[in-house]
Amino acid sequence: MAGNEPVADLPILPKLSKCPTGISGLDDVTGGGLPRHRLTLVCGGAGCGKTLFSLEFIIRGAMEFGEPGVVMSFDETAEELTQNVASLGFDLRTLVAEKKLAIVYVLINPQEQVSGHFDLEPLFVRLNYAIKSVAAKRLALDTLEAVFGNSFSEVTLRSEIQRLFRWTKDCGVTTIVTGERGRDQLTRHGLEEYISDCVISLDHRVVDQVTTRRLRVVKYRGTVHGTNEYPFIFGSNGISVLPVTSLALNHAASSERISTGVHRLDTMLGGQGFFRGSSVLLSGTAGTGKTTLAAHFVRAACERQERCLYFAFEEAPAQIQRNMTSVGVDLSQPVRAGLLTFEATRPSATGLEAHLLFMHQAVMAVKPSVVVVDPLNAFISGNNALEVKALLVRLIDFLKSHGITGLFTSLTGRGSEQEGTDTEVSSLIDTWLIVRDIEAHGERNRGLTILKSRGMAHSNQIREFKLTNDGIALCDVFVGEDGVLMGTARMAREAEEDFAQRRRSQEIERLERTLAEKERAFAAQSQALQAAYAADRNNIRQAMDDLAEADTSRVKSHLVQARNRFADSSET
Amino acid sequence: MNAVASEKTAFLLYVAGPSARTSFAISNIRNICEEYLKDCYDLQVIDIYQQPELAEAANIIAAPTLVRKLPPPSRRVVGDLSDRDRVLSVMDVAR
Repeated sequence: MAGNEPVADLPILPKLSKCPTGISGLDDVTGGGLPRHRLTLVCGGAGCGKTLFSLEFIIRGAMEFGEPGVVMSFDETAEELTQNVASLGFDLRTLVAEKKLAIVYVLINPQEQVSGHFDLEPLFVRLNYAIKSVAAKRLALDTLEAVFGNSFSEVTLRSEIQRLFRWTKDCGVTTIVTGERGRDQLTRHGLEEYISDCVISLDHRVVDQVTTRRLRVVKYRGTVHGTNEYPFIFGSNGISVLPVTSLALNHAASSERISTGVHRLDTMLGGQGFFRGSSVLLSGTAGTGKTTLAAHFVRAACERQERCLYFAFEEAPAQIQRNMTSVGVDLSQPVRAGLLTFEATRPSATGLEAHLLFMHQAVMAVKPSVVVVDPLNAFISGNNALEVKALLVRLIDFLKSHGITGLFTSLTGRGSEQEGTDTEVSSLIDTWLIVRDIEAHGERNRGLTILKSRGMAHSNQIREFKLTNDGIALCDVFVGEDGVLMGTARMAREAEEDFAQRRRSQEIERLERTLAEKERAFAAQSQALQAAYAADRNNIRQAMDDLAEADTSRVKSHLVQARNRFADSSET
Repeated sequence: MNAVASEKTAFLLYVAGPSARTSFAISNIRNICEEYLKDCYDLQVIDIYQQPELAEAANIIAAPTLVRKLPPPSRRVVGDLSDRDRVLSVMDVAR
């Protein structure tokens, strides 16, 4: 019988060795891959992708992990398989030529005639021959169930299948067995009874006319694994399973701050803007300027020479660029400079998971530091809110784990709760800005508030902002009796204040004039007084002089008289 | 349904190594041939362990498998050939 490689040496701590599939995302879900040297059952309904799944496992093993593989196909010829995987970008023919892969096509004739007892030893022999020819480490059996449904005795088949499974383990190959989903069991012929190591179930469902493929690890003995249903798609690089992120919540938190692109908004956010790598939600009703705010943010990032990726789900890139020009934000320049990449698709174009994978791939390709998703709720159609949420959680998680700042706009329906999002992602959001129409005094004005901003002091005011030719301008705050004044009320208030100001300055002028007059009057009066005083003084002096003179003359005449009379004189 | 007398019937019997089942199948087909196709048959036994590429080329899945190569069209029957009637009818051997 076939060669027996030891399954494993005797390790001190027996730990399940895993065989990486290389399928994007799957190794995260399974914690490293499929159980090495064991069997994994991949089951699902028609068209669920089990054949491609098993082929990708083999091909990636051969191409990326240096583990050649054998595909034993019961359904399709080597030619057909080659064509099938060519669309996923794999070249089977070359791998076969390079002896990295062998294809064994087993045709089972349902009308095979049976006479007496038999066994399936030739299958073993052929498999062994193929395994030896390429020194295979991996094996895919697709779809082994095809051996059923003919004139062979089922008892024989079952015991032979069981023997085959045991044999592959002894061969030291890691095996994928595919199986068609049965009515009330995982596979039509109960293959799961023989495979206890790992079972993966694939399915695709049509909800609201959109097909979503899903993958679930039903069981994986002896290891921790993600238990959810994970969406997956067939892309141009093979299968991609979401989440492509880890299951843990342990991304690093940067304390670096980046500008929002609106100076006064930075001031509201503790003076410095958002945290790098945080997730920002910008929600608001229609026409409140969400895209414009996002454009400011993008422009600021481009001015810092950072790469940006803008997912536009409602407007064409050209339209966004044209519209932003009207508010003085030129996005075409960073696009030409290669700093800004637009990715625009209709949300309804493909299934949800395809979208998120496409976004993921775009992020991996562009490697931006800032990602804008405009808007988040474009994904919602019908009743898929729950799934959308689950996927957005993963998207946000993915961006965070890569330190990418994510800005998401969310359209709030008029009349619905303002402080809510259709997608219920608010708990994942670090900074949440709400822009809203405020209707008062017969007009609508745009108001902006910071509902929350984790880890920073932030303004609690409702700020009015205007879309001007030079972009967004946050207006000064005027608080009236009914709250913040906006629009005409604010302008009226501004005019009022202006008027009062003018009145005050006029009054000052008037008082200054009065004072000047007073000064002049005082000066005049004091001059007059001074003149009068001088005059009086002169008069008085004169009078005094006169009197003095009179006195002198009187004495003189007295003396003359005395002399004349020879009188005794007391004076000389 | 008489085959042209000069034309031989050619059988290939694919077996998986020497085993009780292999011996049983060989003796079964020998007996049939001796009885119905005396001197007019050619039986070749192929051990797939020795020549796995032949099993591959002929798309053999079960052992033993008896293939009638001549006259065309090719016919095959799976098993140890203990059900003689089945072998006779499938191989269209004159009774």
